[in-house]
Amino acid sequence: MSEITKLTVHEALNALKNKEFTALELTEAYLRNMENGKKYNAYITECADVALQQAKEADKRYATGTNRALEGIPLGIKDLFCTKDIRTTAASHILDNFVPPYESTVTQHLLDDGAVFLGKLNLDEFAMGGSNETSYFGPVINPWSKDKLLVPGGSSGGSAAAVAAHLCAAATGTDTGGSIREPAAFCGITGIKPTYGRCSRYGIVAFASSLDQAGPIAQDVRDCAILLKSMAGFDDKDSTSCDVSVPDYEKFLDGDVRGLTFGLPKEYRPDGLNPEVSAYWDKAAEYLKARGAKVKEISLPHTKYALATYYVLAPAEASSNLARYDGIRYGFRAKEGQHLDDLYINTRTQGFGAEVRRRIMIGTYVLSAGYYDAYFLKAQKMRRLIYNDFMNAFNQCDVILTPTSPITAFPIGDESMLQNPINMYLNDVFTVSVNLAGLPALSLPIGLSATGLPYGIQLIGKPFDEGTLFNAAAKLEADAKFERK
Amino acid sequence: MAEYVIETAKGKWGIVVGLEIHCQIISKSKIFSGGSTEFGDEPNVNVSFVDAGMPGMLPTLNKECVHQAVKTGLGLNAKINKYSEFSRKNYFYADMPTDYQITQFRYPIVGEGEITVDLSDGTNKKIGIERMHIEQDAGKSIHDLSPTKSYIDLNRAGVGLMEIVTKPDFRAPEEAGAFLRKLRSIVRYLGTCDGNMDEGSMRCDVNVSVRPFGSSELRSRCEMKNVNSVKFVMQAIENEAKRQIEIYENGGTIEQETRQFDPTTGQSKLMRKKEFAHDYRYFPEPDLPPLVLSDEYIADIKAEMIELPDAKKQRFVETMGLTPYDAMVLCENKEHAEFFEKAAQGHDAKKVANWMMSDFFAMLNKKRLDIAQSPVSAENLGRLVELISKEVISGKIAKDVFEIMSETGENPEKIVEEKGLKQVTDTSAIEAIINEVIASNPDNVAAYKNGKTNLAGWFVGQAIKMSQGKANPAIVNKLVREKLDK
Repeated sequence: MSEITKLTVHEALNALKNKEFTALELTEAYLRNMENGKKYNAYITECADVALQQAKEADKRYATGTNRALEGIPLGIKDLFCTKDIRTTAASHILDNFVPPYESTVTQHLLDDGAVFLGKLNLDEFAMGGSNETSYFGPVINPWSKDKLLVPGGSSGGSAAAVAAHLCAAATGTDTGGSIREPAAFCGITGIKPTYGRCSRYGIVAFASSLDQAGPIAQDVRDCAILLKSMAGFDDKDSTSCDVSVPDYEKFLDGDVRGLTFGLPKEYRPDGLNPEVSAYWDKAAEYLKARGAKVKEISLPHTKYALATYYVLAPAEASSNLARYDGIRYGFRAKEGQHLDDLYINTRTQGFGAEVRRRIMIGTYVLSAGYYDAYFLKAQKMRRLIYNDFMNAFNQCDVILTPTSPITAFPIGDESMLQNPINMYLNDVFTVSVNLAGLPALSLPIGLSATGLPYGIQLIGKPFDEGTLFNAAAKLEADAKFERK
Repeated sequence: MAEYVIETAKGKWGIVVGLEIHCQIISKSKIFSGGSTEFGDEPNVNVSFVDAGMPGMLPTLNKECVHQAVKTGLGLNAKINKYSEFSRKNYFYADMPTDYQITQFRYPIVGEGEITVDLSDGTNKKIGIERMHIEQDAGKSIHDLSPTKSYIDLNRAGVGLMEIVTKPDFRAPEEAGAFLRKLRSIVRYLGTCDGNMDEGSMRCDVNVSVRPFGSSELRSRCEMKNVNSVKFVMQAIENEAKRQIEIYENGGTIEQETRQFDPTTGQSKLMRKKEFAHDYRYFPEPDLPPLVLSDEYIADIKAEMIELPDAKKQRFVETMGLTPYDAMVLCENKEHAEFFEKAAQGHDAKKVANWMMSDFFAMLNKKRLDIAQSPVSAENLGRLVELISKEVISGKIAKDVFEIMSETGENPEKIVEEKGLKQVTDTSAIEAIINEVIASNPDNVAAYKNGKTNLAGWFVGQAIKMSQGKANPAIVNKLVREKLDK
């Protein structure tokens, strides 16, 4: 592996500016890593031709001094972002031939800043999953795997694995219930889900509209700050995008945590919490305290309802969002069928995988006449209470500190997860509340388990206060001295 | 008005009817996308990525459609809801690209209102509006181009609709017809919908139930979908009421169901029973925030409201002396009312109204012209009436002048002048003509003198004819009698 692919985005940018190597050399180095890293199955679609072209353009820019914020930085794009003229599958059979004639707003921002796109990264089908095992294109291998092949987490599993294995300098992800943070934690890297409305959802294949947010997955906190700055911003093509100015997040990295109060929600430490998880959580609190921050216990009393709330609302929205994949206008269409209903049934039965079908059925059920009030409406009310919990907590603290996941990466094909999907859903216990409340949250690696696998720590911020998360995360990163792959 | 009763051998029945009307909003682009609303283009030309339900595409609300909806709500004398929400109505169909329709469910943009309908016996009735919401239209499925395939045209997909739901206030088919005409008139006045039922820009679903006459119970109703003319709506109500009555009288019951009206037979057939009704799984549209309107926004639209047909009609009756019926007919169409006002300016308004409603409309009909294309301008019609009022020409000559005007578009004064059609009021000239008629018809003079006095009219006619219609009939009449009775 070429040393230049081990650089972070900010290091690579400096090196490119200093003409230590060219953007073309950097892109070629990553393309070689991709070739050698096929075993990870991180990419669904590679686009070397596009990347080389973009890299050449970047070199011209450097030569003329017109280089932009991400000029020549080779990125991987989660295959949920529509990319013009580049196949976009959502890791589903139903879209496996779909080439969008348009570009998502987030990826357009990255292109406008000079980024190079290496290809489209694997994920759980339609971002539904926590292990990347639901992809139609097969599971992704966690680069931390030793004797057994481990999952990279999900749904942005391809993004996390590719960043950890240096198959791209950084990647885009999306997060509906933890899909950036959990894989970042499992792969020992950093990711941030910004405030709902921070990044435009235009052109991102929708899973659950009121929960979906795009964000970066990168090697360190500074890279996340640089990428989020590029990805974020108001977009009039997304009515839920917020017209709030995007600060220069890098400036927050040099901030201080003195005077900040970090809340540790007591409900996140149930009986039976893995002692390693608990210990790293306390260690993170100690790092912050040692730097002059205050740490206090807080309460998020409705936490125990968060998973149930999430697994009603997200499938409900998904059942409607995924209705358009019907074989009529684009994507996969089943051959058999006499009548329109046959066409729908056959196309969708063959086109969607088991987990997606399961969630569509759950969502359809909770919205049905007679069940709406008992499930969907109640879940919406609970969502409001969960939001209120956070707002009350933020009267007492500036940032909430929690583990990212109760576990480390687990083996591919784990029986308990596959036999009972609830076990898989339980891994999201620390992440889903954040999406329900629309808050920003960042995960960074805090240390290794006894078996040598990374744990992540999560920082949850007030709406649009990503800056404070970057500040605190930079301090924890410096103190934890986590060694990436 | 006289109450509507259906009488059978077994008893008397009354009807309860409510309407749901879909009105296509007049706007440049679609309600949730930038796609064009142009009608009549090649199939699938006016389709944006949003309209086609492409992956990752999001709706954005077109402010022009909101403006039109508020305007319409005000025209229905309805409450404008400052808070409304969009919902998804989920169902699979090939011409619905996202397989859900964005509509409003629990919180519509317009609440309760009321409009007054004019009935044929000269009475009025107030019809309650339950609500009005905005939503997107579906595309069109075309099933008759191939025996095995259906074709889809998405040009219409995403065009804005206003769905107006009335209270079940109709007790006669005529009332429903009058309501549709009034509603069409209002939306056309406002320019919010073109109201063309035959083109589908205004579509009507009819809910009908029957009950023993005089009873106040509400029985199960049946809904007839897409009944697309005023005439068909009245026909559908009547036939559906008869169908239900027959079932009741044969000991059966009516259960809620949806029926398809067939305009060729006037009858309807079952589409689906209640137990097969769709479960639309409505839920709040997560891609669109709630729609919140400020008092100021609503006030601004109120300020730009124009005079609507009812107010105009009242003014025509009260200040211009028209009969309520004439005023109603003239006000149904804004262009007609405006033409009338212009024509009546400074002239005898009642006479102008009579002219418009007889010769003028007959001429437009015959020539198949819109009023905007009329060869006879409002000013010239007014001038013509003025010539009659001032006795410059007789009513009979006026018809000839109008005939020329409708061919040439010329000013009637000029026509009268050039053709020498001015009425002769000079008694000596008229006397000369009468003398000539008397002199050349001694037999009739004798008959008159012998008691056939109704021959006077014949002499008048002859004299006017001899004057080529120009002799003032009143003067001729007076002089003929004087001379014959001498």
